[in-house]
Amino acid sequence: MRRYFGRKLLIYAVTFFVAVTVDWMIPRFMPGDPIQTMLSRASLRPEANQALQAYYTNVFGLDLPVWRQYLNFWTALLHGDLGVSIWLFPQPVTKVIMRAIPYTLALLVPAILLSWFAGNKFGAYAARRKWLDNTVLPVGYVLTATPYMWLGILLAWLLATVAGIFPIAGGYSFALEPAWSWAFIGSLLRHWFLPFASLFLVGFGGWAIGMRNMIIYELEADYAHYLESLGAPRRLVRRYAFRNALLPQLTGLALQLGVIVAGALVTEIVFSYPGLGYLVLQAINNQDFFLIQGAFLFIIVGVLLANFLVDVVYVMVDPRTRTGMRGGS
Amino acid sequence: MTVSDQEDLVAVAPAAPVVTAAPVTSMRAGREALYFARRNRKLVAGLTVVLLFLVVAIVGPLLTDHGPNEYVGPPAQRPSSQYWFGTTMFGQDVFAQFTHGLRSTFLVGLLGGGLAAFIGMLIGFTAGYRGGVVDEVLNMITNVVLVIPTLAVLLVIATYLRVRGVIPEAVFIGLFSWPWVARAIRAQTFSLRSRDFVDLARLSGASGRKIILREIAPNMSSYLFMTFILLFGGAVLIAATLDFIGLGPTEGISLGLMMNNAVLWSALPLGMWWWFVPPGLGITVIVGSLYIMNVGLDEVFNPKLREM
Repeated sequence: MRRYFGRKLLIYAVTFFVAVTVDWMIPRFMPGDPIQTMLSRASLRPEANQALQAYYTNVFGLDLPVWRQYLNFWTALLHGDLGVSIWLFPQPVTKVIMRAIPYTLALLVPAILLSWFAGNKFGAYAARRKWLDNTVLPVGYVLTATPYMWLGILLAWLLATVAGIFPIAGGYSFALEPAWSWAFIGSLLRHWFLPFASLFLVGFGGWAIGMRNMIIYELEADYAHYLESLGAPRRLVRRYAFRNALLPQLTGLALQLGVIVAGALVTEIVFSYPGLGYLVLQAINNQDFFLIQGAFLFIIVGVLLANFLVDVVYVMVDPRTRTGMRGGS
Repeated sequence: MTVSDQEDLVAVAPAAPVVTAAPVTSMRAGREALYFARRNRKLVAGLTVVLLFLVVAIVGPLLTDHGPNEYVGPPAQRPSSQYWFGTTMFGQDVFAQFTHGLRSTFLVGLLGGGLAAFIGMLIGFTAGYRGGVVDEVLNMITNVVLVIPTLAVLLVIATYLRVRGVIPEAVFIGLFSWPWVARAIRAQTFSLRSRDFVDLARLSGASGRKIILREIAPNMSSYLFMTFILLFGGAVLIAATLDFIGLGPTEGISLGLMMNNAVLWSALPLGMWWWFVPPGLGITVIVGSLYIMNVGLDEVFNPKLREM
């Protein structure tokens, strides 16, 4: 057990280290001067240009030896300092991102958990049931093949523009000020629903198909045939198959996290939802490099934490590792 | 690790197949596969749709005499006999953009998926066959790249590229989407390398490279092919995401970029469906057909799954 977690934590530590290094390296070793690129966008007077150039050279620390720059980067990072946003000028990047994180989490966490749960249940139910299987399979494949933003666009168009049931953009009504009132919370929910629904649907299709395929493999396994030949009721066999199929689905969840986060980013862009994705879009349009690099680190840390959570759950769910924990062989 | 490796293959991607490895009796197995392939409706339907789109991608741009980004007609026109898919807010021909975008899609899929498959196989075979320290190191690299979200890395890289083309985009996608393949192939190679026929090849003095290419790879050729199809679909989706965020090709057009433009210029509140429906539909249908094709292939190669 110790070894299992030790190994996992080592991998995560190395990943974090690599990610931070990449984050530091890319602006410095890519062709072209990042500061020039940044300033060329804003057409400034020559004096102002020079002053800003000097300022950013200092901020990036480009006049220091490379190893020193690297160390400084880590020191600043460990103090939670990711630089200053250019788009929202004197605000620190950490603060800007922290403001967006709750919105992104509010979309991601329910979408991931509910789609995983519902998809697995439904996929298991549909497997080897003729007509249900024949409808679930194509629908599921179409859903997983749908790019997140397109489903978002379709929902926004059909339910917001055409039907007018849901608002099309924003995190809450522009007529309201953030406050703990029923009106505000209602508005939050109404704006939350469509982006959530598009994330949920794409995920649902994927998990349903994954589970359906797993169940079919499991029902062909020796233990399932053995149980059947003993005359065990069909439901019991299916229950065993489901529990066995759940473990790889859990590993699959860990592997899909990056894709789902990417999906959340683009979905937020479709709905102008004030989370991390919308921030990234603004950062790209305003050449706000610090903000993008900060967002990158936040995403990495989030995915690493979620991976670790899945590892813990895996150990708790898998009876083989559970016995290992109690000291059995 | 080892407990779940075999299971991982199935969970990683939709319809990732499980290998049922048996020494290949080449000619007969090939003919048998072809026999079942032609009778598999999923495979035939999926393949037909993908080929249809490929034809549109190749022929379509030849039907219009203007570039995808040229301002050729009146703005915001509904589909008509002159502009089959209507025009954008700026009077660009959506049909021209769509067909050129399809070309980008296929290019990204082939190149990105191909590169990822190549790297994944290289690392997977090497790690699985060599074992020991080599395996430890490669496994570590694989696990690290596996955890890092592909899109986040591409985001940072693409931001700093001033000129972005479809080909570099595909290459970057390929460079970061191979890990699950490497892991799956490593596990397969592990189980194959202690088989008798591999031992025999080793006794006869064949080199490691030759054993991998001649003895091990052919035994999972169907699996490798299906892996490539999944990578193709994955690369198309990642590219669409990247383009949609606004980091697509700076020259030319892609389906993701079309959707990006449509959303950016208020096609949604204005209800200009002809601008944003075709690109997304194109991606969905191509990738969906590839997945369904894969299910078909799985049934062809794996007798247990065949519908009788």
